[in-house]
Amino acid sequence: MAPLIRSLLSGSIVSGTPLLYATLAELLSERAGVVNLGLEGVMLVGAVVGFIATVHTGSATAGLVAAGLAGGLFNLVFAFVVVSRRANQLAAGLTLMFCGVGLSALMGARYVGSQIVGLPELRVPLLADLPILGPALFVHDALVYAAVPVAAGAWWVLFRTRWGLSVRAVGENPVAAFAAGKDPRMVHYQVLFLAGVLGGVAGAHLSLAVARTWAEWMTAGRGFIAVALVIFSRWHPLRALAGALLFGGAISLQLQMQALGVPLSPFLLDMLPYVLSLAVLAVWGGRARHAVPASLGRVFQGTQ
Amino acid sequence: MNTPPPLLTLRGITKSFPGVLANDRVDLDVHRGEVHAIVGENGAGKSTLMKILYGFHRPDAGEIELDGRPIRLDTPHAARRCGIGMVFQELVQVPALTVVENIALFLPDLPVVVDGAAIATRIRETAERYGLAVPPAAPLWQLSVGEQQRVEIVKLLLADARILILDEPTRSLAPHEVDGLFRIFANLRRDGYAIVFIAHKLREVLACADRVTVLRRGVVAGSLRRDEATAAMLVSLMFGALVAEPVPRATTTARPGTAPILQLERVSVPPLGHGPGLAEIDLAIRPHEILGVAGVAGNGQRELGDVILGLEPCRRGTKFLGGEDATRWPVAKMRAHGVVFIPEDARRLAAVGGLTVLENLALGDTRRYARAGGFAIDWDAARADLDRALERLGVSIASPDRPIDALSGGNVQRVILARELARDPRLIVAFYPMRGLDVRSAMAARALLLRARDAGAGVLLISEDLDELFALSDRLIVLFRGRIVGSGVPAPPGGRPGELALDEVGYLMTGAERRARG
Repeated sequence: MAPLIRSLLSGSIVSGTPLLYATLAELLSERAGVVNLGLEGVMLVGAVVGFIATVHTGSATAGLVAAGLAGGLFNLVFAFVVVSRRANQLAAGLTLMFCGVGLSALMGARYVGSQIVGLPELRVPLLADLPILGPALFVHDALVYAAVPVAAGAWWVLFRTRWGLSVRAVGENPVAAFAAGKDPRMVHYQVLFLAGVLGGVAGAHLSLAVARTWAEWMTAGRGFIAVALVIFSRWHPLRALAGALLFGGAISLQLQMQALGVPLSPFLLDMLPYVLSLAVLAVWGGRARHAVPASLGRVFQGTQ
Repeated sequence: MNTPPPLLTLRGITKSFPGVLANDRVDLDVHRGEVHAIVGENGAGKSTLMKILYGFHRPDAGEIELDGRPIRLDTPHAARRCGIGMVFQELVQVPALTVVENIALFLPDLPVVVDGAAIATRIRETAERYGLAVPPAAPLWQLSVGEQQRVEIVKLLLADARILILDEPTRSLAPHEVDGLFRIFANLRRDGYAIVFIAHKLREVLACADRVTVLRRGVVAGSLRRDEATAAMLVSLMFGALVAEPVPRATTTARPGTAPILQLERVSVPPLGHGPGLAEIDLAIRPHEILGVAGVAGNGQRELGDVILGLEPCRRGTKFLGGEDATRWPVAKMRAHGVVFIPEDARRLAAVGGLTVLENLALGDTRRYARAGGFAIDWDAARADLDRALERLGVSIASPDRPIDALSGGNVQRVILARELARDPRLIVAFYPMRGLDVRSAMAARALLLRARDAGAGVLLISEDLDELFALSDRLIVLFRGRIVGSGVPAPPGGRPGELALDEVGYLMTGAERRARG
């Protein structure tokens, strides 16, 4: 029983980590009023660029940096289309997603099957020797340890800084933000770049730390789970932490049950995160007063 | 000769939009410590002028000087650097953020890390000095309109504005809140702030302004000191030679014994989304009667109208129409039984822009004009009905074949009124029917409503304008947070006991106990 609990817990954390970075990316965008359904594509571009950079430099750190930059730049394409060209966000997002799928497959074609060392596992001294909990919680890569501080940092930036206030104001009422002397378009570009970086990092965690290889469409829908997780977390970074862990747990549970040969359809288990999201929407739907950014999906049109 | 030079000078400001000359060589002087009112009909160019002052619009020509130095106001940011701040009519605030956050967003000297407690302290200090009570930690959506407006003023003061522009600040305020606002103006004037505000009610202008400037069709028709101005002078400046004739308030023809056309018994609607819902509403509307509904917008008016029309299911309580149980009737059945609806914004809710006036008319009653089993429309019948309705109501519109969005807001409202009233309604539900109409269009609309009442209809009149409610209603109810908190016959000034006085309604609609305030 103990090994099962250990691997389930450890698996939840590892599966939850890319979900968390992706969720924070989407959460920031949506707080600024932009729905980005292209996150899946951004993650894939981050994953493949991070992998290629690691193969060529031999350094997973360099790969991680490259992944973040690639994600940020790729998301700027989306920013240009929806902010400057005022295209429909849902259509542009889906298109971005498919572009990301294609682009990453093209770039990664020569690297399928390549092996890398990847992000090293760091043992936390002493704590890692605790029974069960030790190996489950304290033998992970750096991105796992960074997850909680990054979520807390996202909260702090959103709720305690001038920039975060602008972001929330733009997502709620861009005209008010404009009247307050902010430039909503500039805020959108900044947020979307940052979200792209986080999305790229989320993808890189999959290719550099979890799989340590590259496979086409290796994100397998995690970008969309992240979109659902934003709703689950009701646009709050700390609730996103809980959500990512829970949904990571669902993924991990599904893998464990498959490994143990439990006679339950894996398709059914795949649905679990989405069933959870629907349940949350059904329960909180009417009551989530002022939780949803009021200007979500709309971009500042200017005042003539 | 010894008057100090003006703080702000506008010379020859001209601004045109496609098809409209909104401001034509407008001159304006604003002094320190002056409360300056801008009045004029709808479309006279007041809002445009204010938006130019705040850098929202760039003038096509003209100069602006501050303290004798020419300035350029190309963006709101530039205006704010010059110490000019604006309180918009539709308040540009962020409802989900707290008062502190809304104000912080505006501060030019906000540090990278926001110190909420320090800002709250500054808010309290300023608020105390000028009598602007606001709760710093509350999210803005919880505040009343009056409080939100005070937040805007505090915001401007903390951002070092010296010239405050307010666009129709009294529009959604109860009478005692208006008095409070004018006291704030007086406090600010004492400290040398200049206040420019747009107003529609001359009574209010004369109560608090030091100077009144009248705009007519984009031109300054006159600028008077308070001691020179009278209401009659301002009216003649606003409308030119035309003198506004007041609508005589016809006394009710309702007989107490008549059966009500509509009756609600203990009707409740659960609160949903941002609305307060309705709680235990009992009301009756008789033929030949206008029942006024007073209240600050968002206190259940929409829900009340929707329940009556059948747009919102009546889950608890019962609804009778002409004695029949109509609790579960859908909209179509309510309409078929003579219930009509005059929306707040006819252009948006009841008219389809691209269609002609005639097509819009037919749209309201497709079944009546349907021929050949719905595959054809009897346009001649529709045209005849329209002509008859317009003639009976004394409305003339240029051509029924013009697209409806070529008509002015007032005329669209008249067409919709004509369409709805042409159906010989038994019950009219009117949402803010006069909102946004200028004085002349509003008078025409009022006359139409009164005529419909005299023809025997019952009218539910939902409005925020207490003067209008008192002028038209035979009985009044006051809604606050989805409850009826007061009802009675509206009293003329100095009315008898048992009647509802204007200021009492004002207190009731803001949820305040009159006695508690002395």
